[in-house]
Amino acid sequence: MRVEQISIFLENTGGRIAEVTTILSAASVNIRALSLADTTDFGVLRLIVDDNETAEKVLKENGFSVGKTSVAAVAVEDKPGGLNRILILLAKADINVEYMYALQQNGDHAVMIFRFDNIDDAVKLLDSEGIRVYKASEVASL
Amino acid sequence: MIYDIDFETMPREALEAIQLRRLQSTLENVYAKVPFYQKKFKEAGLVPGDIRSLKDLSLLPFTTKQDLRDNYPYGMFAVPMESVVRIHASSGTTGSPTVVGYTRRDIDTWSNLMARALSAGGATRGDIIHNAYGYGLFTGGLGVHYGAEKLGASVIPVSGGNTKRQIVIMKDFGPTILTATPSYTLHLAEVAKEMGFSLADLNFKFGIFGAEPWSENMRKELEETLGIDAVDIYGLSEVMGPGVAIECHEAKNGLHIFEDHFIPEIIDPITEEILPYGETGELVFTSITKEAFPIIRYRTRDITSLHPEPCICGRTHIRMKRVSGRTDDMLIIRGVNVFPSQIESVLMKSSDTTPHYQLVVDRENNLDTLTVKVEVSETLFADEIRMLQNTEKKISKDIKEYLGVSAKVMLVEPKSIARSEGKAVRVIDNRKR
Repeated sequence: MRVEQISIFLENTGGRIAEVTTILSAASVNIRALSLADTTDFGVLRLIVDDNETAEKVLKENGFSVGKTSVAAVAVEDKPGGLNRILILLAKADINVEYMYALQQNGDHAVMIFRFDNIDDAVKLLDSEGIRVYKASEVASL
Repeated sequence: MIYDIDFETMPREALEAIQLRRLQSTLENVYAKVPFYQKKFKEAGLVPGDIRSLKDLSLLPFTTKQDLRDNYPYGMFAVPMESVVRIHASSGTTGSPTVVGYTRRDIDTWSNLMARALSAGGATRGDIIHNAYGYGLFTGGLGVHYGAEKLGASVIPVSGGNTKRQIVIMKDFGPTILTATPSYTLHLAEVAKEMGFSLADLNFKFGIFGAEPWSENMRKELEETLGIDAVDIYGLSEVMGPGVAIECHEAKNGLHIFEDHFIPEIIDPITEEILPYGETGELVFTSITKEAFPIIRYRTRDITSLHPEPCICGRTHIRMKRVSGRTDDMLIIRGVNVFPSQIESVLMKSSDTTPHYQLVVDRENNLDTLTVKVEVSETLFADEIRMLQNTEKKISKDIKEYLGVSAKVMLVEPKSIARSEGKAVRVIDNRKR
């Protein structure tokens, strides 16, 4: 029930994201989702790609520090209150969301990437509430 | 094993009595034989007889590298050339070289001190010493060589370079002790690996490393790579050569200075004031037994501290910490002396490996500012901004705590700090522009 996300440290200067996308494109790696967190000096680019191994290899070859994190891909009902319901459940169970971003639309719901402070408890809770958490293989074929 | 048990374990009082007697006779000698010292003493209004206790040493003027250059090549020699049996010289990469000479008795003293040093580092008569220090004008190779022969060990005078042949010799001759620079040793280990075997599988027991600064992390790496105990050796040709100070393999915690031959002091490199034991500053040496090239209060430009606490090995000679840097690299930021090596030690605490870093000093509104750029290695990286900012804050707090200076810490991308000839440029001081 875990999806592997890769992340890269970037200085906050012009053209750096383009350099990353150029490297990935040259290696035929497809970016499925992306999120950027930044401060005035630096940022962290988080990516869900279709080929982690190749992405990690080519990025490292080009001198980037690459990190890997387990995240969860969660189905969120695409209607008012859909995300709210999930966040309230998590808050009540005292599970923190470190960050989240959208992956894509899948039928009547959206798929979102969540980084939890405790992914095992979070997945267990969502499961018991009937909220779908995608497997890595399912995310790949979305 | 302690090679010279009488002198190396001598009680403090007896040691100081010998030091004073030897110092006084050295001063009489240089005053009579070396015009440079006579002139300097006269300028300070002193004659050798004014030095009545070891404390009085502080009245004497310092000798600097520049003084040695000004007296190039033989101006500092205290004996006629007929008595000189050996000449060594420094490389002279930063100016004209400095030349030093040895009488037969000097060579004998040096051999004895190197025999002491090798013993402290774990060598005995039965050992085979693979000596990969360079032979030639550099004191490293011949210094170790004479000490090894004096000790009665078997020495392989392989010198530096010709790496593959060295490795074959290591494999076939079965040396048990390695003497080399730490960086060349790691190179040897890499080449051995390419040749299909590990130096750890050979017979090495001890390694005696020096001639360049190295760190505790490097000690771990050397010990694991070679399966040995690694100790630090210190020396410089102006004072004698290798064998001025040595770490004992029992404690591996600071280098014993052979105080019956050299008197160490630590000074503040700016005020030239003598600092108490334990405080970090510039190491100053006075030789008290040398004949051809005696040296008085020589400023080594090496940064360290002195520690008089007793050692588990039984030696009573004072210990110096491993050299952490050079005064040439010192920065003064808002009146505080800062050495890049101190920042490096702080960074080492935050990361398993030493990250590449750069100090940028600016002056804004007449105030010095220090920015420490740190490359984000895999060990420092986290995918959460909060954690990265905590890393910056922690390093900044540690720098403030240990160095007493405020610094802005800035994480930068790997390999973004300019390197020259493979080495990172450590300091950019924009105040000088």
